[in-house]
Amino acid sequence: MKLQLTRRYAFAAAHRLHSAQLSEEENVRLYGKCCNPHGHGHNYRVEVTLSGPVDEATGMVANLADLDAFVGREVLDAFDHKNLNEEVPAFRSAVPTTENLCLEIFRRLRAFPAARLQRVRIEETGLNSFEYAGEDQESLG
Amino acid sequence: MIYLTRKIEFSAAHYYHNPAWSPEENARVFGKCANLNSHGHNYVLEVTVAGTPDPVTGMVLDLKALKEILEREIMQRMDHRHLNHEVPELAGKIPTTENVAVTIWNLLEPKITQGKLHRVRLYENPDLFVDCFGHAP
Repeated sequence: MKLQLTRRYAFAAAHRLHSAQLSEEENVRLYGKCCNPHGHGHNYRVEVTLSGPVDEATGMVANLADLDAFVGREVLDAFDHKNLNEEVPAFRSAVPTTENLCLEIFRRLRAFPAARLQRVRIEETGLNSFEYAGEDQESLG
Repeated sequence: MIYLTRKIEFSAAHYYHNPAWSPEENARVFGKCANLNSHGHNYVLEVTVAGTPDPVTGMVLDLKALKEILEREIMQRMDHRHLNHEVPELAGKIPTTENVAVTIWNLLEPKITQGKLHRVRLYENPDLFVDCFGHAP
């Protein structure tokens, strides 16, 4: 039986979209107000989707307490109420767009031991969402 | 292929308990869900049927027929019920969102004869849901 479990999390963080590979004019033209030198912030919502068989003893794909602890340690502690550009090493070189944030969070959560990481979906605002299912995984959506 | 989704809500009580384990082991694994006095949720169920629109009616399936199937198979079985004690299909199983979603899949799949059941999505609360795709490859 093919089953996926999805849990939603929230964190608030600041960022600034600015690429070192572009001129100042190009940055402003491309990123607009997201390029404001002082940064801005969002309330991000993250959906983490796991897949796997239902364990017969527990009735679960994965224990939510274990998932909460893992996501807390790997993502929320590192991102919540932080400046993504300044405080997350991956974004010293990569631009902290929500696309790159999906990749980074997927990388961090891929090691979750109890079930397979199927997908990471992030809402930057109520109007924008992005999702990443890995390079080798078929999306079931 | 068109995917049509219908949503219903039901409220039910449950608790998590594996009789093969000690009370301490149940409490350690299931936390507050192991409280034998039970607790409850407002479940939201989304049922997605895949198919091609009928050239005469323009419909994948008759929504009224789907509504009646959901009423008969799910609402009458689970709404305002205790999932551990009142739903025979869950007897002997721990009524996790996973197991309830699988049970709902197994109840609905043979009843949906126009189109094909594609996905059962069951929300236990707005921040937790399970998707069941049956035995699809």
